[in-house]
Amino acid sequence: MFRNLFRKTPLAWFQLKREKNRLAVALAGIAFADILMFFQLGLLDALFESVVKPYTSLQGDLFLINPLFESLNVVRSFPRKQLYQAAGAKEVESINYLYVGQGEWRNAQTRTNQPTMVFAINPHNSAITLSDVQAHQNELKLLNRMLYDRAGAEHFFGNVVQELQQSGSVPIQFNNFQVEVVGTFVMGASFAANGNVITSHSTFLRLFPTRKPNEIDIGVIQLKPGTDVKQVQAAMQSELKSVLILTHEEFMAHEKKYWEATSPIGILFGFGAVIGFIVGTIIVYQILYSDVSDHLPEYATLKAMGYSDGYLVGVLIQEALIMAVLGFIPGFVISIGLYSVAAAATFLPIGMTISRALLVLTLTIVMCAASGGIAMRKLQSADPADIF
Amino acid sequence: MIQTWQSDQSHSTAAEPVISARQLNHYFGSGELRKQALFDINLDIYAGEIIIMTGPSGSGKTTLLTLMGGLRSAQEGSLKILGQELHDASKQQLTQLRCNIGYIFQAHNLLTFLTAKQNVRMSLELHEEMFDRDIDGMSVAMLNAVGLQQRVDYYADSLSGGQKQRVAIARALVSQPKIVLADEPTAALDKKSGRDAVEIMQKLAKEQGCTILLVTHDNRILDIADRIVYMEDGRLADNPETTIAD
Repeated sequence: MFRNLFRKTPLAWFQLKREKNRLAVALAGIAFADILMFFQLGLLDALFESVVKPYTSLQGDLFLINPLFESLNVVRSFPRKQLYQAAGAKEVESINYLYVGQGEWRNAQTRTNQPTMVFAINPHNSAITLSDVQAHQNELKLLNRMLYDRAGAEHFFGNVVQELQQSGSVPIQFNNFQVEVVGTFVMGASFAANGNVITSHSTFLRLFPTRKPNEIDIGVIQLKPGTDVKQVQAAMQSELKSVLILTHEEFMAHEKKYWEATSPIGILFGFGAVIGFIVGTIIVYQILYSDVSDHLPEYATLKAMGYSDGYLVGVLIQEALIMAVLGFIPGFVISIGLYSVAAAATFLPIGMTISRALLVLTLTIVMCAASGGIAMRKLQSADPADIF
Repeated sequence: MIQTWQSDQSHSTAAEPVISARQLNHYFGSGELRKQALFDINLDIYAGEIIIMTGPSGSGKTTLLTLMGGLRSAQEGSLKILGQELHDASKQQLTQLRCNIGYIFQAHNLLTFLTAKQNVRMSLELHEEMFDRDIDGMSVAMLNAVGLQQRVDYYADSLSGGQKQRVAIARALVSQPKIVLADEPTAALDKKSGRDAVEIMQKLAKEQGCTILLVTHDNRILDIADRIVYMEDGRLADNPETTIAD
């Protein structure tokens, strides 16, 4: 039976090919739906990627946080002695900690304040292992020095990078304190804040006078090589009940979960993708329905000649699949272009991934098949007895 | 399924009719609205015959034709087509039967997005065994036989009415069906193209030895028939039984 499959007249393809305008409209509709889905899903992925970006440069096996620490946006501190207590375990190689806060950077040019994430490290031993940070570590040992994330948009933060190249350090106002920017690094903007700075523990405590030195935000534990991380984690957790102890992956998942469930942003983007899917389904259905309606007598003739219902259903499904694949291609190409435009404009990590492309292709095929399924009901009304 | 009634046929004698109706009744609607359309039809048609069925509009000709073509299932009485009983036949059996019948409609009903050749091909592709033969060659040869050798690769909607009807004839006859059913094949054609069309049908049918049942109001083509049956108010006025009774 399959031997003859490719020798048969490709009815679906001929039918689509014959009505070029209609096909073009259909493909434009599908491409539009695909772009909508690509864009919404792309932003969703960018959201998740951007919020865990700071985590990727954190070096450590286990992380201690307050159980009420929901995300870098909603930080709660915990007593530093808990970390020292954890350090008592024999598997621990070293410990480190970070203060995290959200401060206000005053743009020298526009004199407006920008919400900015502040990560405070130990300048003798940075928990953030970006090479740019390690290169400037020594300069941070002096008070009132900070590093600036050059991925921040210029219209938010002023022309810091250029000034830095000219004079070696840029004075700025941060939380109404005078500080010096002595270097740059790249972490990237996120949905939580427009930009990031890194400073030392001591400078942080000056910038945030209400914060106490013994109340830290993220405790970092480095274990001895070859230790079973999960086992140590369980043992530590059973002893320290007032803090949450997470592995690196769990810590990132913890942040993502906040954005997925608690914040409305994740839901909104998901909703946008659903709208794209529905729009696409309706467009394809319209095209298939009018195709069937226009050719109803001919389909009835095919039935009279001895073609089965199954054959005609097959033709309809083939049409749907051909449209799905042909419509996906321009949608895919245009989306790649839009991603690069959006990435340049927002500094969010938006880009095409193979997994997302496959997801949208699958959704497109499902979308077209579903439309074909609805249009099939019209096909039932092609009664060969009525055409005599 | 095909095999079973093909073997049935090989056992049948030459005298056995290809179409045989006995006390065939047919109704439309149900309950109070149930209306009888065919009354006590008895008709035998033998291989190679050309039968013209005529009669006023609404007399049930088309209903009888759709029953014989397996487009409806027979409700009451007996209807045997090519040895297959159609009374209470399943949908699948009817679809199988239809592969062995050629249809020519009043409207040509060609697939407008296919060329003349592709339209004819569609009829051959129903038969798996045809794929081992030169389908395109057979289609072109058939179009030659109906005088359309110049129009083989034209799309159906760029042909004239007469040409379309000739493509439809080619499509109906190319797979050499045992029976060809035609409903007003000349109604949409002028005198000359109508005459041409039925003469082509007649010629090809005689060559292939197939049976043609033709419903028509067109008096100009009655002379091609071997036998004419007349239908009125759902009854056959001239079937063999009544002729003998007269």
